[in-house]
Amino acid sequence: MTMSPFAPILVSLAAAVLILASGRRANLREAWTLAAAAAKFLLVLALLPPALAGRPAEAVLFELSPGVRFALRADALGVSFALLSSGLWILTSVYSIGYMRGLKEHKQTRYFASFAVCLSSAVGIALSANLLTFIVFYEILTIATYPLVIHKEAPAAVRAGRKYLAYTLTAGVVLIAAAAIVWRAAGSLEFTAGGIGGLAGAGAGTIKALFVLFLAGVGVKASVMPLHGWLPTAMIAPTPVSALLHAVAVVKAGVFGALRVVGFVFGPRLMADHGLNMVLAVFAGATIVLASLLAFKQDNLKRRLAYSTVGHLSYIVLGAALLAPTAYAGAVLHMAFHATMKITLFFCAGAIYVRLHRENISQLDGVGRIMPWTMGAFALGAVGLAGLPPLDGFISKWYLGLGAAEAGRTAAILLLVGSGLLNAGYFFPILQRAFFRPAKEKVEGKGDASPLLVVPLAATAALSLILGLWPDLGARFMTLAKTAAAAVFGGGP
Amino acid sequence: MSEFLLGHYGYWLVFVLMALGLYGMVVKRNLVKKLIGMAVLQVAIIMFYVSTAVKWEATIPILDPALGASDPARYISPLQHCLMLTAIVVGVATSGVGYALVVTIWNRYKTLDEGELLERMKDDGDSE
Amino acid sequence: MGILNNSPALPVLILLPAAILIPLAGLVRERLAYHLAVLSTGLAAAVSALNLAKVLEGGAIHYWLGGWFPPIGIEYVLDHLSAFIVLVVNVIAFLVILHSRVLVAREIPAPGKHVPYYAVALLMLCGFNGILVTGDFFNLYVWLEISSLALYGLVAVGGKKSAVAAFRYLIMGTIGASFYLIGLAFLFTSTGTLNMADMKAVFPHIAGQPAAAVGLVLMVVGFGLKMALFPLHGWLPDAYTQAPSSSSALIAPVGTKVAAYVLFRLLFFVFVPEEAGRGLPVAQAVGWLSAAGIIFGSVMAIAQKEMKRMLAYSSIAQIGYIGLGIGLANSFGFIGAVLHVMNHAVMKALLFLTAGHFRMRLGHSRIPELDETARRRMPWTTAAFSVGALSMVGLPPAVGFFSKWYLALGTIDRSNWIFLGVILASSLLNAVYFFRVIERLYLVKSGPKDGESESAVSEAPASMLLPVLLLAAAIIVLGLLNAFVVKGVLQAAVPPGMT
Repeated sequence: MTMSPFAPILVSLAAAVLILASGRRANLREAWTLAAAAAKFLLVLALLPPALAGRPAEAVLFELSPGVRFALRADALGVSFALLSSGLWILTSVYSIGYMRGLKEHKQTRYFASFAVCLSSAVGIALSANLLTFIVFYEILTIATYPLVIHKEAPAAVRAGRKYLAYTLTAGVVLIAAAAIVWRAAGSLEFTAGGIGGLAGAGAGTIKALFVLFLAGVGVKASVMPLHGWLPTAMIAPTPVSALLHAVAVVKAGVFGALRVVGFVFGPRLMADHGLNMVLAVFAGATIVLASLLAFKQDNLKRRLAYSTVGHLSYIVLGAALLAPTAYAGAVLHMAFHATMKITLFFCAGAIYVRLHRENISQLDGVGRIMPWTMGAFALGAVGLAGLPPLDGFISKWYLGLGAAEAGRTAAILLLVGSGLLNAGYFFPILQRAFFRPAKEKVEGKGDASPLLVVPLAATAALSLILGLWPDLGARFMTLAKTAAAAVFGGGP
Repeated sequence: MSEFLLGHYGYWLVFVLMALGLYGMVVKRNLVKKLIGMAVLQVAIIMFYVSTAVKWEATIPILDPALGASDPARYISPLQHCLMLTAIVVGVATSGVGYALVVTIWNRYKTLDEGELLERMKDDGDSE
Repeated sequence: MGILNNSPALPVLILLPAAILIPLAGLVRERLAYHLAVLSTGLAAAVSALNLAKVLEGGAIHYWLGGWFPPIGIEYVLDHLSAFIVLVVNVIAFLVILHSRVLVAREIPAPGKHVPYYAVALLMLCGFNGILVTGDFFNLYVWLEISSLALYGLVAVGGKKSAVAAFRYLIMGTIGASFYLIGLAFLFTSTGTLNMADMKAVFPHIAGQPAAAVGLVLMVVGFGLKMALFPLHGWLPDAYTQAPSSSSALIAPVGTKVAAYVLFRLLFFVFVPEEAGRGLPVAQAVGWLSAAGIIFGSVMAIAQKEMKRMLAYSSIAQIGYIGLGIGLANSFGFIGAVLHVMNHAVMKALLFLTAGHFRMRLGHSRIPELDETARRRMPWTTAAFSVGALSMVGLPPAVGFFSKWYLALGTIDRSNWIFLGVILASSLLNAVYFFRVIERLYLVKSGPKDGESESAVSEAPASMLLPVLLLAAAIIVLGLLNAFVVKGVLQAAVPPGMT
């Protein structure tokens, strides 16, 4: 008897209800969050062995539309994303408690409840067995994130919320159109490793139109340029939101969608036959370069991190577009490993804000000496994102590079190397300011931020390091990535 | 062509009446005139139905020993007349409701002219 | 034998005597009027559910009034389509009537006036039921006028301007009914019958006659007016806005749907879908006008400042979805349209009822004046409103998504990309005007001077909250389980010959 994939989704939905019900008792409310996070991670972990054994756990509830079931299947790709988001939710919950209490934020009940719903839908997206189920969770995620984006309720936050909705709702309806066309053209919406069989019979025009719709549909959340506009604006949300949702759950849902579409809807063969991979690769490549360049211009720390995220998300899209098994595995790996590093950086940005109320890079002079743990973790994350060993960012990038070589795309290899340099270029000045420049202003009090903030960020930094040394430890991300790639490219491209 | 026009003169008359009624309902600004237009339209429809039942050298559909039951063509279809009895009732009821509303409007706004009515309603703001 | 053999006529036979009994009961005690209304609508809903179960089991039920067999006598028919819509209408009506006690007492303050209110409301519902079950075109006209006259009355009991709105509605409604009646005269003289099934059998012999074509067009125009098909929608915004909230909540969800049902019946059942689609492009014309209406209604809704008027324009757009499904004239379009009859009825009932809550507790429902007060003091109402709004935007797993889904599938089968674009664009327009309200309800701080008046605001009483929360739950549950409705009922309701 294997664990039902519905369990981890329901556990955080139930938690959302309990959180709302215990809104007046903060400690109880936070207890629900932590308990749900732990339970969710364990439940997802239970899905891991069957996924690795090639017998993914499945669950079917009922039909959503005649012939299309409300079904989940925990395959290697899905479990990889589910493990990642549920695992990091534990740390983010601890961090959130420290952050929200440290700033005495308002409406914490709404915040924690929305967070729980977001995580439910993220795992739902990960485990969806077909496109319609995927869309249901995708749209729930869109709506559940909205209260978090507008959390501050200041005019700027409301504007950010509108922009976020305008982008994501448009993407949602485009995705619905795409799903409807697939259903009528292929007669199936089931995610099938290697592509939905019936789609091969569709005309070239239909395939190309579908590809454009999918690109727009998942491209917004994956913030492929020029659809990235909402992400830097949404940085107005509280930092734990930026950390988990805008570096892990929401944006990764977008790139996860791209991986699903490339590997499980179109399939490598169809992509190559119609030249779609080149289109995708050009968009991804352009995004990597432009986002890195734009990151230089940002003085607001979180906005710089946001542009960095935009760039790194396109690494994953590029990995999918290369249509080589190793590159696909690298993309799946980077989905997980980028998360550990980027969440560290966001945690650090939040810790600095709580401790010093500073948001801009130009104010960071000497911070390294005030907050050694925080900035130390920041340094690890930055080194990892630049793609240097021994952090996990090196591993995933290495596989992406190998995949590019396998596919014979020299340009992609150059792009990866160049982007690594750009990453170093916009991260190292921050470290230089923090560690080597004297502090400009005197700071009240002593020591680093509260342990509730420092422990999670140290943990994620350590995680990046550990996964860099032993990439297959624990959650078996390496094996999962290879299994997913092998499934997609089973018959060879 | 002339046969088409002359042969259906009854219908043409009815259509003219219908057009008149519609004109009254849509174009006239006085609410009572609108209701008069409505009555004209209803009467036109009733005449239209009844005129489709007209049959020369035939009689009411009550079995007449002199005519027998062998030739139904000698009897007039009663259905249209029955239907129109109902339509008349409906028309009377509609007029009743219409005039009741006109009285209410007069009591509230002291005008039956659509233009003036719009003017006076503007002062009230939206509904409460 | 026994009473259940009369089952197609039963809802009518429950509601009509109740409408007559209510004034008498009101003489004894005013409260009795409400109880009788709840009882009879509840009973009608229960009977409709049994009827639907019977139809699903054994196919269409025919009932001959007075034992006269058709085409001489009048026939009542319950098939999958009519049994389904009858159930939707009666259940929604039951919930709205159940909800109405406090609101009616408040919005119709004149002593003794709510006894006739309930009598008229039941008369209207009786008329709707009659339209839905009758198999005879002239009988349909009679029920149409019964329901319409009652409808004018329900609108006219509102505020000061309501009489004018009702009068306009009466003029437009009578024009619509007259068009129908003239059209029927043409069809009757061409076919010699008023029975729907009979007319269907005769029609192939006279197809191509101009008289039949003119008749069909006139009837469609007449009911297009009744269902507020763009550009014949002019009467609707005023009528819905000026009517008291409980009337709007009763009329808006079901009134126009009944008219839409007649179009289904006319275009797809009496005339074969092929002819409705090809011989004369009537169905297509309905489809294109609806597509224009969807965009028009949505854009106008964005411009409104009064919540009820916004919902009224939104209704014009939503009716457009049904018309669009008619225009597609294929099975997915039909399923989407009929499903939307149910979905929109649930959503609009919920939204108009919550608008009634806001009016009652805040004293207004003007969007620019809404603020956090509503959410803080009326959390359940606001949450229910948000659920309805998200469903209107078409976000899964709410019902609103699934009607769009089936309609989208229908447009793809017809390769009609413009309709597909309209459906998707309207989702976004809906998002604009609903999030505008949600944003105010959740985010706009109430001014400091309102502190005192705010404490006077409280959540609506349980008798009003219960139906609203039931509807909100139905939006999610019916959305998730829509495939049961589609497979169980609607696929069987698809007209023969439609692909």
